Amino acid sequence: MNAELIIALPEITLVVLACMVLIIEAFNNDPQHTLTYWTAQASLLITLVLVFINCPGEATIVFNGGFISDAMSSILKAFMCGISFIVFLYSYEYLKEHQSLKGEYFVLGLFAVLGMMIMASAASLLSVYLGLELLSLSLYAMVAMQRDSESASEAAMKYFILGALASGMLLYGISMIYGLTGHLQLAEIAQAVASDSINRSFLVFGMIFLIIGMAFKLGAAPFHMWVPDVYQGAPTCVTLFISTAPKLAAFAMGIRLLVDGLLPLVSDWQSILMVLAVLSMGVGNVIAIAQTNIKRMLAYSTIAHVGFLFLGFIAGTEAGFSGSMFYIISYALMSMGAFGMIILLGRNGFEAEMLDDFKGLSERSPWFAFVMLCIMFSMAGVPPFLGFWSKWFVLKEVVSSGYVSLAAIAVVFSIIGAYYYLRIVKLMYFDKAESMTAIKSSKQMRMVLSVNGMAILLLGLAPNALMALCIAALAG
Amino acid sequence: MTLSNLPLLSMLIWTPILGGIWVLIAGDRQEETVKYFSLAVSFITFVFSVLLYCQFDASVAGMQFVEETNWISAFNIKYHLGVDGIGLPLILLTTFTTILVILAAWEVIENRISYYMCAFLILTGLMNAVFVALDAILFYVFWEAMLIPMFLIIGIWGGPNRVYATIKFFLYTFLGSVFMLVAFLYLYSKAGSFNIEILHDVPLGLTAQKFIFIAFFLAFAVKIPMWPVHTWLPDAHVEAPTGGSVVLAAIMLKMGGYGFLRFSLPITPDASLFFSDAMIALSLIAIVYIGFVALVQEDMKKLIAYSSISHMGFVTLGFFLPFAIVAATGENSGAIMGMEGAMMQMISHGFISAAMFLCVGVMYDRLHSRMIKDYGGVVNSMPYFAAFMMLFVMANSGLPGTSGFVGEFLVILSSFKASFWIAFAAALTLILGAAYSLWMYKRVVFGDVTKEAVAELKDINAREGLILFLLAIVVIMFGVWPAPVFDVMHATVEELITHVLQSKTL
Repeated sequence: MNAELIIALPEITLVVLACMVLIIEAFNNDPQHTLTYWTAQASLLITLVLVFINCPGEATIVFNGGFISDAMSSILKAFMCGISFIVFLYSYEYLKEHQSLKGEYFVLGLFAVLGMMIMASAASLLSVYLGLELLSLSLYAMVAMQRDSESASEAAMKYFILGALASGMLLYGISMIYGLTGHLQLAEIAQAVASDSINRSFLVFGMIFLIIGMAFKLGAAPFHMWVPDVYQGAPTCVTLFISTAPKLAAFAMGIRLLVDGLLPLVSDWQSILMVLAVLSMGVGNVIAIAQTNIKRMLAYSTIAHVGFLFLGFIAGTEAGFSGSMFYIISYALMSMGAFGMIILLGRNGFEAEMLDDFKGLSERSPWFAFVMLCIMFSMAGVPPFLGFWSKWFVLKEVVSSGYVSLAAIAVVFSIIGAYYYLRIVKLMYFDKAESMTAIKSSKQMRMVLSVNGMAILLLGLAPNALMALCIAALAG
Repeated sequence: MTLSNLPLLSMLIWTPILGGIWVLIAGDRQEETVKYFSLAVSFITFVFSVLLYCQFDASVAGMQFVEETNWISAFNIKYHLGVDGIGLPLILLTTFTTILVILAAWEVIENRISYYMCAFLILTGLMNAVFVALDAILFYVFWEAMLIPMFLIIGIWGGPNRVYATIKFFLYTFLGSVFMLVAFLYLYSKAGSFNIEILHDVPLGLTAQKFIFIAFFLAFAVKIPMWPVHTWLPDAHVEAPTGGSVVLAAIMLKMGGYGFLRFSLPITPDASLFFSDAMIALSLIAIVYIGFVALVQEDMKKLIAYSSISHMGFVTLGFFLPFAIVAATGENSGAIMGMEGAMMQMISHGFISAAMFLCVGVMYDRLHSRMIKDYGGVVNSMPYFAAFMMLFVMANSGLPGTSGFVGEFLVILSSFKASFWIAFAAALTLILGAAYSLWMYKRVVFGDVTKEAVAELKDINAREGLILFLLAIVVIMFGVWPAPVFDVMHATVEELITHVLQSKTL
């Protein structure tokens, strides 16, 4: 086989498998969609295995400079597949319980994963855009999947319109950069920019549009307007999906564009990201306090976390980028657990999406209250949980790069943030339960959610391996 | 493995933590087993700490029983433990207090007893760890992790206003600590290591030192607590269950003091010199002003809380006096005396405040009120209790012959070497402390029995008697024979003072 094709084997396999799942779904009358679900899961696992096998020793660029396979892309892809696997498991549970099971969820999910993988491996502006659109379009459709739900349709419209606007911005930025440098491939753009023969202010102008597009997709303030509405309006299983794996892809996009492509402009994008980071941490943490809907609260918490994610970029060093990668992976794990808990507590026709639904959980289910406690303290950044190390890592790199005052601002916001996470612990442990209905869910859901929660605790006690992995991903 | 090369420090940390996890798994179904098991774990931990004390070489100033293994090799963060003369007495205090707390909970805590025991056992392990961690990040992890069990203790078993109090407690201490984290990260960028002993020697410019000092100050001053960042303490104390108040007052406050000795003074000696006058002023405000505040309290727990803040003023005074003493006399013997007095004050206050809170707890369990006005004439129905409380109240006001006297006396004595007026202000506590302690005692214990409920009070039972008896022994023993504490810390304090008095600016 052609050597170039082998490099992209995981993606190619995933396309084939996703199409297969689509066909199976079309000819399958099973109301439980068991076959669709399991083939979708199998596709993710097969892709995961191929990513492992394919893991390159060094960065290889193929397809005329459009596709890169390096340590970072492989690690991110592995996490994308693994996380999506668990997300599908939670979602299957949710969709079955709420009698809105549709096979399309998994098909669209697989295509979204494909889009993410392409983003992680993008070596040119064009492939960044292609991957992003594949991901976004799948997500729009997923949000709108419950046709009869008013809030979901509204969320989908908002998401689509603002997402399209963001794509427009991104494309405009891409065209500016292409026009100035004459290249689409990120490595060549970097060379052209470094050569100093191009007017810097035009470059920065184009770059700003790239950053705006990226900030939209990540949900950084002041481009965060869609996040709360979409998180709240979409079915919980879709919110769960949006808030986990695609964040890894957005991180990859940031690395590809800003580091691989525009590293020579580092001092310019640092100052822009600084504004975005401080705004995001401020808006996210402060507004989250006023929320009564936990999905909306977690949406604002995402915005705040994105602000922290930017800190690693602002550090402008390899270690800083590793910190961001560590941050986003830990965030995905925590977010997965939190939304998993919401799904676990929900029943047919009832979404446990209000904060009060967590009241007295420690009496109803001591174990899952403890799991949620781990997740909440972790999100607040309290040791010994994983979330502490992710904050620690980016803060450390920001301080080593000399931005001590930025770190001080960040920690102040993280204290404000701690309040609303503590409130959930308060509801679970200090308040009386309103009803003692037992939590009913399948064994596998309980098991995976428990593992999810314990991973957050255990990775917090021994974060070395994950840290080393993230450092290795971005070295060189 | 012989007795002498056991990893005692790790055992001190992990025995209670693992015990706590077991208790949690056992659950509430086996209530009796849980109680006896927790007591056994806390007793074993105490035995370990006594072993540690026996094997400790008091003539050595540096770290002993050092354990060092890689933890996060990517950043050279180590699981690095060691104990010196400052940490050792505090560990003994911690393990001893834990036994009392578990005994005190015996019949009192009715709901979720296994959670309660688990929280306290884990808390003990974490507190021990704070006193022995020699890696700044390891220290920080334990320091912050400690907030979680305490947050739950106040929130689950606390009084009516517990949610407000516990969230205030958590956020206040969290606020202080995160700046310490930023300071650690900054120090790492200068020294390339999180090893505390290396951080002690890293040269720093005065401006940097000032910022680091302020960051540390926020962490430790909130914890100890100093005026004006003390407001979380009365709330937390009042709402916490008896055991929570005991641990807060006896041990957690000491961590602030420990932090000053372990971080602020040796890492930023020049900034400490720069800020020492301000620190002395804040300490004196705490001693005098908070003393007056304590005088007017109507809630016994609040009164003891304010009295704690006032007593902690002596600790910070003793820690920051050395600069003034050396400036005034040119020699450091007075400085050593002051600092040792402050250390002694920490230990002694640990026992006395624990005893006071337990006394209030004994009364609260019977009448469910902490208000002074609800009592009066308790001595008529509870004579044994009144006798014990008498001793602790006297100790609280610094009566010679009790441990409360030793620390205060040494600090006042050494402050004379710095300035008459500092000593004068500090000595006001002898009047104020006696006033608020004894006046409360008079109103609660003496007088005629006017309330029916008080007349029907039952005197302390054997369990309560045992707890108070153990504390009474310790309070008197350290009052007449404080040498066991002074002996172990002397070498370390001397070394610390020498280190602190050397400038380390660039």
